[in-house]
Amino acid sequence: MGAVPATDADFVRVEGLVVRYGELVAVDDVSFSAASGEVTAVLGPNGAGKTSTIEVCEGYRAASAGRVSVLGMDPAHEQTALGARMGVMLQEGGVSPSARVSDVARQYCDLYGKGVEPAELLELVGLTDRARSAYRRLSGGEKQRLSLALALAARPDVAFLDEPTSGVDVTGRQMIRTIVRGLASNGCAVVLATHELDEAEKIADHVVIFDHGRVVADGSLDALRRGHDEIRFRSSPMLDHTALGVALGLEVRRIGDDEYVVASDASRVAALTGWLAEHDEPVNDIRAGQQRLEDVFLRLTGNGQGAQA
Amino acid sequence: MTPLRAQLRHEVSTTLRNSEQLLLTLIIPVMLLVFFSLVDVLPTETKDPVDFLAPGILGLAVMSAAMVSLGIGTGFERTYKVLKRLGATPLGRGRLIAAKIGSVIAVELVQFAVLIPVAYALGWRPSAPDWLGAVAAVIVGTIAFAGIGLSLAGRLRGEINLAAQNGLYLVLLLLGGMVIPFAKLPGPISAVAKALPSGALADVLRETLAHGGVRPGTSWAILIAWAVAAPAAATRLFRWE
Repeated sequence: MGAVPATDADFVRVEGLVVRYGELVAVDDVSFSAASGEVTAVLGPNGAGKTSTIEVCEGYRAASAGRVSVLGMDPAHEQTALGARMGVMLQEGGVSPSARVSDVARQYCDLYGKGVEPAELLELVGLTDRARSAYRRLSGGEKQRLSLALALAARPDVAFLDEPTSGVDVTGRQMIRTIVRGLASNGCAVVLATHELDEAEKIADHVVIFDHGRVVADGSLDALRRGHDEIRFRSSPMLDHTALGVALGLEVRRIGDDEYVVASDASRVAALTGWLAEHDEPVNDIRAGQQRLEDVFLRLTGNGQGAQA
Repeated sequence: MTPLRAQLRHEVSTTLRNSEQLLLTLIIPVMLLVFFSLVDVLPTETKDPVDFLAPGILGLAVMSAAMVSLGIGTGFERTYKVLKRLGATPLGRGRLIAAKIGSVIAVELVQFAVLIPVAYALGWRPSAPDWLGAVAAVIVGTIAFAGIGLSLAGRLRGEINLAAQNGLYLVLLLLGGMVIPFAKLPGPISAVAKALPSGALADVLRETLAHGGVRPGTSWAILIAWAVAAPAAATRLFRWE
């Protein structure tokens, strides 16, 4: 890892960030931080301001307002110094189509000068047998893995990965997740932008949810899910769910023809099934537990309203 | 290895291995030199066409390396976000530009190492050549052409930039006093040609290598003006993304 330890435990600190493109406010008063040894997922739909935020952190873009500090540096003014300790995966591109895989790996290993061997890097990302191929001959997943390899050549203290698994097949995803987890366990602060909830759920310690340029939630996955335990079940389409709600002292919402959800932990399952039996209502598919990240996300971004009407 | 050396090594090896670039920087100049020296169809007004051609082709070589090859390569790198990705490494923009200049100089050394012996083999015998003056002209010309190439590369999209650079190369080759003497161009075209960096470089090279310049003093001034104006334009026009 780098010789200069950050004075901050938070390796990436974003405070009140605003990014404007003319009239358009792409990022609107965003604050969050990402710590070393953790994978922070910046999650949100396309156009939520994730890439703009990440690009300010990488030093590509100046903040319209607010403050960003990465490894204690100001990325907009110290991009080259930061570059020595930062791994970057752009959303797309970054390599000439005609460039040979082994040459690009060699170039980045030499540029960073951290003693990483190109062959070892290509082996890590499973591209050894593609070393002599031109970049344009690689599949989408292979291109992503090469891009990740170039970020690893920095032996980074901080890594910004923009949609690292987009277009990657199942095996490739597994490999990328393992590598990203490995980076974090070596003390790197990994910030990963994604619109794929599954991916964030599988990989992240900490999730920052963006919507329309704002942060709508920020916390550990457990914390985001906590307090949002629920019981889902199927019953008759005619079920008087309002009466059931009154009996339980909880709101019961109908979310499909015959599907209902109660915001409660599993302790109320007995009371629920008791009431249904008493009223001769059927019960099927009863499930109790934590909301999936997808539900948390839909609830927070309001994108699930239609489905729940 | 320092970031600068790493990038320089990468630039030189990629350029020298790129067959399209080699066609442009080496094969076309050699072919033009050999063909028009052996087949006396150009109105060169010298006893032996090679005496007129050799300095002009050296100027053409500078133009192809510093403007077209650099400009096309950099334009595609911009389009494919290669420059953007390199921005997030310890290299930095200053050293990236230095590496590109180093790579152009390396290509020029290869060009001269091939073209000068070929010209000699074709019977070129410059009388009392001022090699130092010629090197100075090549340096000033390189700066001017690199400025033009990067001005286009820094603004136009990949394919359009490719077409523009190649088109400009052809126009400057035909109108630039490199292979066709100014005197043989129609009046207005000749006046434009004399003001172009291609014509100025060819004229200065002819003067320094063979005392055959048409108006070397003015050509020097024109070349230097391009070497100041073109990089200044590139600085203003260039967009890294």
